[in-house]
Amino acid sequence: MRLLTHNMLASNIKGVANGFPLKIEVGQVVEKHVDLNPEFLKNMFAKLDYKVLVEASKTMGYADLPEQAEPSMLESEDFLRKLNHALLELHLEEGALVCPETGRKFPVNKGIPNMLLHEDEV
Amino acid sequence: MKLKQLEGLLGSLEQFSNPKIEFEQYPTGPHIASRMLYTAENSFGDVSDKVVADFGCGCGTLGLAAALLGAEHVVGFDIDADSLEIARDNADELEVDMEFVQCDIRNLSWNGQIINTIVMNPPFGTRRKGADMDFLSVALKVVASESVYSLHKTTTRDHVRRTALRDCNARSAEVICELRYDVPQLYKFHKKKEVDIAVDLWRFVPQGKQ
Repeated sequence: MRLLTHNMLASNIKGVANGFPLKIEVGQVVEKHVDLNPEFLKNMFAKLDYKVLVEASKTMGYADLPEQAEPSMLESEDFLRKLNHALLELHLEEGALVCPETGRKFPVNKGIPNMLLHEDEV
Repeated sequence: MKLKQLEGLLGSLEQFSNPKIEFEQYPTGPHIASRMLYTAENSFGDVSDKVVADFGCGCGTLGLAAALLGAEHVVGFDIDADSLEIARDNADELEVDMEFVQCDIRNLSWNGQIINTIVMNPPFGTRRKGADMDFLSVALKVVASESVYSLHKTTTRDHVRRTALRDCNARSAEVICELRYDVPQLYKFHKKKEVDIAVDLWRFVPQGKQ
């Protein structure tokens, strides 16, 4: 699971008011190369929650993203490479996503998070 | 990539080995899948360099077609772990990147508007009435920022248009073409060897959400 996917998922357990962002528990991280696509990264930057991405990538062992970022930084190839790496190249292969309010764990096995709810959580 | 080439690649994918009727699992054939994604890309520019989600992805055919046509990030969502395993193997076989999330589409929470395009072959609702419109409603109201491509039985065309525009937050609803959906004899209750049903390929555009 890439951190771009992490950036779009939230916990939906009944009664949870703010299920975003899910915390990450790391079992295993893998990296896969993705060619740099500056236009795509620029479009995504406008949509994603950058702070959440910075925290998530730190949890995954990658701390090179600057804490704050502005659209003007998208002109820098160095920044684009870091963004590309954090967003698309890091994969949570094994571990869990954790609901920020209830602590309920959603397991991630072979890269696939299981977000199915139990009957009493719907 | 040419249409024929795309259809050929999709024809090599593994499909459900033990389909589950409770989820209305029917494979999306290479003919339909290739035309659906080829049109989305070549007529509307909704695939390459986009974030694409495949709702009820099953064995991954539509999402993988999007990945083959240059989508930057593709996520398949399905309730069934067995299907997702086949879908992941299919992605490995084609050597493309596709992500998967196991979930019930009707019960997932989303942050932001990251997904540009949704492609889906929803359950037609022959087992659980309204299942296709549930999928469409989530796709248009919550998730897609630009467009939704979906297949629905041609016999339900008026209903789909009315419901999409009135209840599902669609700004526009357009039938792009009518296709033949080959339903193989998958389940015991199927009396005939194979039937061919008419389905519409729809393109919906959601209302702006911000």
